[in-house]
Amino acid sequence: MSQIGEIRMQVAWNRLISIVEEQALTLLRTAFSTSVREAGDLSAGVFDPQCRMLAQAVTGTPGHVNSMAEAVKHFANEIPRDQMYPGDTYVTNDPWKGTGHLHDITMVSPSFKGDELVGFFACTAHVVDVGGRGFGADGKSVYEEGIQIPIMKFAERGEVDRALVALIRANVREPNQVIGDFYSLAACNDVGHMRLMEMMNEAGYDNLDVLGDFILSRTHTAMMERVAELPKGKWSNDMLTDGYDTPIKLVAEVQISEGKVNVDFTGTDAMSPWGINVPLTYTRAYASYALKCFVAPDIPNNAASLAAFDVSSPSNIVNAERPAPVSLRHVIGHMIPDLVLGALAKAMPGKILAEGAGALWNIHISARPVKGRDGQYAEVLMFNSGGMGARPGLDGLAATAFPSGVHTMPIEATEHTGPVVIWRKELRPGSGGDGQYRGGLGQVMEVSALEGHEFDFSAMFDRITQAARGRDGGKDGALGSVALDDGTKLRPKGWQHVPAGKRLILELPGGGGFGPPEARKAEARKADERKGYVTGGLK
Amino acid sequence: MTRSDIRLGADIGGTFTDIALEVGEDIYSTKLLTNYTKPEQSILDGMEIVAKDAGIDVSEISIVIHGTTLATNALIERRGARTALVTTDGFRDVIEMRTENRFEQYDLNLKLPLPLIPREDRYAVKGRISAKGDELQPLDEEALEALADTLVAEGFEAVAIGFIHSYLNPSHEERAREIIARKLDVPISISAEVSPQMREFERFNTVCANAYVRPQMSEYLGRLQGRLKDLGVTCPVFIIHSGGGLISVETAAEFPVRLVESGPAGGAIFAADVAKRFNLDHVVSYDMGGTTAKICLIDDYQPQTARTFEVARTYRFSKGSGMPISIPVIEMIEIGAGGGSIAWVDAMGRIETGPESAGSEPGPACYQNGGMRPTITDADLVLGKLDPDNFADGKIKLSTENAVAAIARDVGDKLKIDAQAAAFGVVEVVDENMANAARVHAVENGKNINNNVMIAFGGAAPLHAARLCEKLGVQQCLIPMGAGVGSAIGFLRAPFGYEALASKIMPLCEFDHATLNTLLGDLKHTAESFVRAGTKNEMEREVTAFMRYAGQGWEIPVILPDRDFTEADREGIETSFKERYSHFFGRAVVGPEIEFVTFSVKAQDVMEAPEGVDLQTDGVVRDIATTRQVFDPTTGTELVTGMVARDDLAPGDRIVGPVVISERETSTIVTSPFDAVIQGDGTILLVRKGVTS
Repeated sequence: MSQIGEIRMQVAWNRLISIVEEQALTLLRTAFSTSVREAGDLSAGVFDPQCRMLAQAVTGTPGHVNSMAEAVKHFANEIPRDQMYPGDTYVTNDPWKGTGHLHDITMVSPSFKGDELVGFFACTAHVVDVGGRGFGADGKSVYEEGIQIPIMKFAERGEVDRALVALIRANVREPNQVIGDFYSLAACNDVGHMRLMEMMNEAGYDNLDVLGDFILSRTHTAMMERVAELPKGKWSNDMLTDGYDTPIKLVAEVQISEGKVNVDFTGTDAMSPWGINVPLTYTRAYASYALKCFVAPDIPNNAASLAAFDVSSPSNIVNAERPAPVSLRHVIGHMIPDLVLGALAKAMPGKILAEGAGALWNIHISARPVKGRDGQYAEVLMFNSGGMGARPGLDGLAATAFPSGVHTMPIEATEHTGPVVIWRKELRPGSGGDGQYRGGLGQVMEVSALEGHEFDFSAMFDRITQAARGRDGGKDGALGSVALDDGTKLRPKGWQHVPAGKRLILELPGGGGFGPPEARKAEARKADERKGYVTGGLK
Repeated sequence: MTRSDIRLGADIGGTFTDIALEVGEDIYSTKLLTNYTKPEQSILDGMEIVAKDAGIDVSEISIVIHGTTLATNALIERRGARTALVTTDGFRDVIEMRTENRFEQYDLNLKLPLPLIPREDRYAVKGRISAKGDELQPLDEEALEALADTLVAEGFEAVAIGFIHSYLNPSHEERAREIIARKLDVPISISAEVSPQMREFERFNTVCANAYVRPQMSEYLGRLQGRLKDLGVTCPVFIIHSGGGLISVETAAEFPVRLVESGPAGGAIFAADVAKRFNLDHVVSYDMGGTTAKICLIDDYQPQTARTFEVARTYRFSKGSGMPISIPVIEMIEIGAGGGSIAWVDAMGRIETGPESAGSEPGPACYQNGGMRPTITDADLVLGKLDPDNFADGKIKLSTENAVAAIARDVGDKLKIDAQAAAFGVVEVVDENMANAARVHAVENGKNINNNVMIAFGGAAPLHAARLCEKLGVQQCLIPMGAGVGSAIGFLRAPFGYEALASKIMPLCEFDHATLNTLLGDLKHTAESFVRAGTKNEMEREVTAFMRYAGQGWEIPVILPDRDFTEADREGIETSFKERYSHFFGRAVVGPEIEFVTFSVKAQDVMEAPEGVDLQTDGVVRDIATTRQVFDPTTGTELVTGMVARDDLAPGDRIVGPVVISERETSTIVTSPFDAVIQGDGTILLVRKGVTS
């Protein structure tokens, strides 16, 4: 390649990343679900006709990292090439072919330049409802969890399938918002396609073959250099998580060999009868995410950067088979990075952060007036985070989502969506595991219904019986708890009731500490006391 | 006051203080290094220089308009007052917990920006307002009395008060201020006044920022007024705010957070004024200096505005890594791309530029000031875009040798390409980054950027504007006179204006015209009384509702008629919303409810409009005798390129690209797809070859 040609390729790669970013932002701007628009639970990317991902938007969350990348292959397999037309958009929410649960809608649109198929745009977002039992762990199989949309056309040659829309409307609790999100997803692929055409016309490309090879070969080389720097061998790690009612053991073995890192989950507990099972595609996403954070945080996501990582597992809770219930697959899925990083810590001692709260503390509230009174009915969803593990050299981040990439919602916005009052949402003193570097603090929340109302909520909480473990001598983070203000303990998972006049108290877990507590600097301890990060400090 | 008086614009920037003096049709300008310890001194010095140039006495100046980055810098450098935050019990950590998100997902060693006010200085009191504005729990006045004693004992210099839902009902905040003020004689800011918008993180952070810079800013403004008086400058002094309007010194001292980003706002007004002079409805302004590039969309001579922005980003200008400030602001996208931005090569052999900048110390390698790392300016020099012997009026001699060496060492050798190709790569990457930022910004605003005319100013913009236009598909670009002090000139064009905001969530199906009329009446009153403080001119108003489908998180602006509403208006508003929505996102959505979220009333005095002239797109072709080899990005080769001084060109001249037009502080690069046509006022128009309309 000529010197100038090299530069032009670099610039085109840049542009492709910018195009998918525009695609993601369009989704963010138009989405209805709080999970997408406030929390950023989405992803977007562009693929070549062989379904190799060339670029992925930075905006979005890791759970979709390569689950969406895999999904595009399923679409190409099931929709014959001769039935693909310009203006088409395909859809599914199949947990095993999409991104792990029915709430995630994945849409794929072929991108045609003239008659030639030059690529695909794909995007995924978490919608507010899919019918069934609602967002929670109580389904006994995927059939109870909501409507299933097999891979099919949402739009053909620009015409939306009205029958599909009618069917979905009839099956979900918030039809306007859900269908609104379907339109948003389709629109964001359209924006991607438009920008791609502009770029190809400007650069004089008929297809993306040369550019795709350039991107993937460059990335491959860089990934191979990074993997070569890692120690070779096998290291395994295990971890207990709360489970639905009894603890669940997760086991991972990381094998680093020439040009490849494999994670195998043999030894992990069997599938659960509750909706906390994880399809392998989601397990793969979070295992790859953990590896990538450590090995190649600066290398863009594409088929070549993901190809360096492989994931395998016999059938178990992280490789759940149809028709297992999977609605809350994130509760276990969010623990996988800490599990995998724990194995890497054995390969490279002193370099890996301690365990953190892991799973988001999502809460779905269904509020209503108390019997005999007028009032408001509403579904309210909130995302909240505990503490991150301490890092070698740095305290853990307090009340910060990891590994998830989502945001919390402003409580003022939440209170506008339904008759609930959030009385408290602040840091939880003393919850960070002690150590040379302290674990991140969890948070405390107090929630009640507005006067004259009561609510049920779907609990999806973890680390109530199994703490985030410290590393290299660091102490464990504090356990979480769920209770009413009168002291009544509640269960960490499943639908439960909060009577009028009572407050739900959530204490979110803290992150583990790193290094021995006696090595913590005196001024860091003083600051912890002054700021009230530890109990017995600031009143 | 009339607009024909002698007017002084003063822009204190991070590196330079720019002064522009307007006497009739003439503008006299100068640039001085900013005096960090006594910023007002730079203004006084500059004022004397331009007054002398203009042959006037400083006492003849009839108005001083001032903008400054001092508030911004105090926030970035954390040099504000020791401030206490008083907040609702249960919400002590709102400004520390932020959005609970990591703005860079793959960096395990991420550091979040520290809260402006540390935890030990944040105090919580009981008392709660609901999402409907009712009192859920009375304010604990006894606790506040005790707290006031603590605040006195602790010796705080400023207090911020931020309570949940105060934008709906400010009574608790007002009462708390009253109680504290009885014991503590320091400025107290309340969030309902500083930023009456929903979303507690943004609002609390804004009131904290206001309180934090308030003592320092009011002291500075007082000092400035005093010094001006001592020199016999007794005219009124006005301050430009981030929304691009003027406010009194007293208002500025009370709400100094409104001055954040006032300098760049001046740049946007400058561009809007140029747009008006040439009857250009759709403009994109492009301001590139030493550290950053700023891009702003200007339709119908009005810069795009927003209600919130982020200041002091800590992580490569990443979204989410700074502090959110919720105030009306001229919306622009700012990226770490300036003349001093440093170029490097990443793990995949990709060239990257910025946001790290060599600044003025040590500066680019070619300045021969000890800078070793290659910058955009070095790459521009290697490509022949700058004349090494006549840079900055010959004041700085540039070393091509140093530039080549730096580019080769840090970029070329790593990619095994020669210095010229490497320099091309550096410049292409920075131009592409700017183009991408501009495109994304346009998309977020539902605009298509290639319909716009670009207006380029700031030291580095004319070097990159033509190539940027090529990348964006923009057909025409203007390089106005005085581009180097664009912001200060912009101040002179700013209207007396104020935007008042209020959040009120109201579904369209529950449209209540009486409530709406009262609310808008209050906003009109607020906005107009600010404007009245500065001008007796006629006023114009704009009423905007920020609306969305219920369930969405982003609102779009919908202009409302400026009159009292009746029940019959519901339908018209619905239609306007759907039209705007389709305009932004392709098609309206069928089904969901529509709701109001925030209302805004903007009032400003009616400006005397300059006489607009149409762009002159053709002229008499002038031959350029002097030539040099300059790398042309379109063809990817060196081309014989004309060299001409801007001073030697006359209105009506057409110069065929590629050509370099040099002036005191920069050069305009006309790439091969463009010609340049000199306008009546000396503005350079870059126009695509073959395009004549």
